[in-house]
Amino acid sequence: MSSTLTAPSPGTSAPQMPRVHYLNVDYGVKSWLFTTDHKRIAIMYLVVATLFFALGGTFAGLMRLQLLTPHSHLVQAETYNKLFTMHGVTMIFFFLIPSIPAVLGNFLIPMMIGARDLAFPRLNLASWYIYVIGGLFTITAAATGGVDTGWTFYTPYSSIYANTNVVLTVVGIFITGFSSILTGLNFIVTVHKMRAPGMTWGRLPLFVWAHYATSLIFILGTPVLAITLVLVGLERVFRIGVFDPALGGDPLLFQHLFWFYSHPAVYIMILPGMGVISEVVACFARKRVYGYPFVAASSLAIAVLGFLVWGHHMFVSGQSMYAGMVFSLLSMLVAIPSAIKVFNWTATLYKGSVSFQAPMLYCFGFIGLFTIGGLTGLFLATLGIDVHVHDTYFVIAHFHYIMVGGAIMAYMSGLHFWWPKMTGRLYPEGWARLAALIIFIGFNLTFFPQFILGYLGMPRRYAFYPPEFQVLNVLSTAGASILGVGYLIPLVYLIWSMRYGKPAGPNPWSAKGLEWQTTSPPPTDNFIEPLVVEEAYAYAPYTPEDRKRAKHE
Amino acid sequence: MQRWLPLFPERASTISAQVDHLLYFEIAIAAFFAALIFTLLLVFAVKYRRRSETERPRPIVGDLRLELVWTLVPMVLTMVMFAWGADVFFQEAHPPRDAMEVTVVAKQWMWKFQQPTGQREINALHVPLGRPVRLLMTSEDVIHSLFIPAFRVKKDVLPGRYTMLWFQATRPGTYHLFCSQYCGSQHASMIGWVYVQEPSQYEAWLSGRRATSVSPVASGRALFERLGCITCHVQAAPQRCPRLESLYGKPVKLTTGQTVIADEGYLRESIIDPQAKIVAGYQAVMPTYTGQLKEEDVLDLIAYIKSLSPPAEESTP
Repeated sequence: MSSTLTAPSPGTSAPQMPRVHYLNVDYGVKSWLFTTDHKRIAIMYLVVATLFFALGGTFAGLMRLQLLTPHSHLVQAETYNKLFTMHGVTMIFFFLIPSIPAVLGNFLIPMMIGARDLAFPRLNLASWYIYVIGGLFTITAAATGGVDTGWTFYTPYSSIYANTNVVLTVVGIFITGFSSILTGLNFIVTVHKMRAPGMTWGRLPLFVWAHYATSLIFILGTPVLAITLVLVGLERVFRIGVFDPALGGDPLLFQHLFWFYSHPAVYIMILPGMGVISEVVACFARKRVYGYPFVAASSLAIAVLGFLVWGHHMFVSGQSMYAGMVFSLLSMLVAIPSAIKVFNWTATLYKGSVSFQAPMLYCFGFIGLFTIGGLTGLFLATLGIDVHVHDTYFVIAHFHYIMVGGAIMAYMSGLHFWWPKMTGRLYPEGWARLAALIIFIGFNLTFFPQFILGYLGMPRRYAFYPPEFQVLNVLSTAGASILGVGYLIPLVYLIWSMRYGKPAGPNPWSAKGLEWQTTSPPPTDNFIEPLVVEEAYAYAPYTPEDRKRAKHE
Repeated sequence: MQRWLPLFPERASTISAQVDHLLYFEIAIAAFFAALIFTLLLVFAVKYRRRSETERPRPIVGDLRLELVWTLVPMVLTMVMFAWGADVFFQEAHPPRDAMEVTVVAKQWMWKFQQPTGQREINALHVPLGRPVRLLMTSEDVIHSLFIPAFRVKKDVLPGRYTMLWFQATRPGTYHLFCSQYCGSQHASMIGWVYVQEPSQYEAWLSGRRATSVSPVASGRALFERLGCITCHVQAAPQRCPRLESLYGKPVKLTTGQTVIADEGYLRESIIDPQAKIVAGYQAVMPTYTGQLKEEDVLDLIAYIKSLSPPAEESTP
């Protein structure tokens, strides 16, 4: 079907859209709902994840409005509790976990390793359906009364005392977990079996390395969450005593099981973002990523160590003091691979050729905010400090620096970087830079005051608060409104660009990955011409011409 | 007295200065590394900005020494953070032996406190200045968490078991007391005040409420008689069941060969669920008290049993 395609002729000044590509090869709803093309499935993930992001963002906006005054009457305490629960559930399970892997990973992993599709294309489509069905359960739970346990579902509150839609929500998360497991499986098999000749492990893009590490967590961690949620359901519906001491259970057991998954899940959310940043830094500095083997290995180190630190969520829970000490020590160690990455990204700029298009601006935002998020993580890993700031706004600020300042910044960076590849068109650069700036400012104004609030002692999950905390809360709400505007702008211009954007051509950034060696948008089978497999960061003088030039010099 | 924009919490306990010093240390480290990264990013971004579309920077081969430096230096610093933090944590887990004991029963959505002399309070806790106070805490329903920001202490309060926190107030005043573990619809209203008073004022406050108060030891002794504990544990032959004098804080050998320390958690379990741990040399004949006693009753019984041990030898888990 790709025989009619014409390769773009290099040197043409105005790039043209290819005549046939994966987006126009077929039309109609069915051609999307029954597709097995990883690129189309990625687009479908993009649409659904964006809807969930909008939903979760709306919940957050209402929470910030409520917190504008100490005793707001905007919503009742019960409603506020449902808002923060649904905000956490949608953002974590239905946006952050699938966003980069299922959208960008799905689109790019086969292209980056020179494959025509993932190893199991139909399983990939099944993953999307499972994700959507799980999402429908959770949306139904939200629409028919909501759930108020917090996204952490601590027992025995969730299993016995809550009067809200716990079971329906838990079923939704349980179902969606299988989507993660299948996606992880698909990625691992694809990376092992589908690499083009010459694409050795040492040449693998760091984006793929990061997703490989993420996939390991998907398949090793998610089943534990599924089991835990089933146990909550059993205790709630059949009063089988697992977690409630009144029924002979152990409430701390739940926390151990929950965090055994949910701490590694934090790395599920940030590792793919780190992969994006490695690609973007290399392209916009025109340099091989500094310390490639260290950056690649640090992804795996994070995936492994991430499974050994869950108890740092439980320093004040009543677990043994010595367990707390062991978990504190291990949590310090898991910070090291993240630090290695930040240092290597920074070093990549050294003697590079740095340009400042929107993906790179988001990337700078990521490195800066992730650095702050990571350093404040050390405060939380320190036992003496965590006792004071645990369950306060300090924790909220810390993980939003990682999840929003880190993961979502990286997602925006990647979305802009590969948007020309996905749609074949360029987004308006000026607007994109403006949005990046607005998001950066809005983000810091929203979340930096929360560090101070937390150390002052404002507990999280409070619908009302003592009046001395108001000024910092007002700043935070003001920042949130700026942040909201910042996210709306890309939504508008990205949609606009799908129709009106200038054709991008195969490689608008002069990037070096395999995905840039084909047309934009790519054909259904991804590649027309035989691939030239180099390492992913063959910025000069690794290209053939540069090699020649290097010899002459 | 309230400042318009507070930036730092009040400091009103012995441990709070230590926690703050640790915080300053980590802020210094964090500021150094953040400044280092931001400066390098800025300098590199400006100095090596793209000047022409055709420029091709030379590749740089990695440097193992540099990688080792930025792996080992952070590792050493985080180990210092760990050790310092663990030291503070260790102190927080070990109350002085002469600490005065207040019991805490949490429920949706209130805090119930009882002074060692029996005075009960709800959502308010009076403590004397300069004296270590140990809180023995449990919950009637879900998990709560007692948090006093001015003291920099926090501990979850669990149903079905005891947890402990301690502090020694250093400044008279009134300080917030929060529930920091989400516990249901009125979680944000589960807040109260800690009143730190000069010892003389505290004594005056206690005696003002003495008329209606019975000490936990006295209530416990009355319960001990009323529930019939006394018939076996005191009146019957000593072979029938273990004596309770000088039991608290001592190791107990079980039929399983294990040895456990007879702390409050052990005493609680042995009252509520006597079959769980049987002392070596005895039969499992004690009836269960599951569901028959309020948390306050159990705490009173434990206070009585503890009063049978000489205070000098009291040790804390």
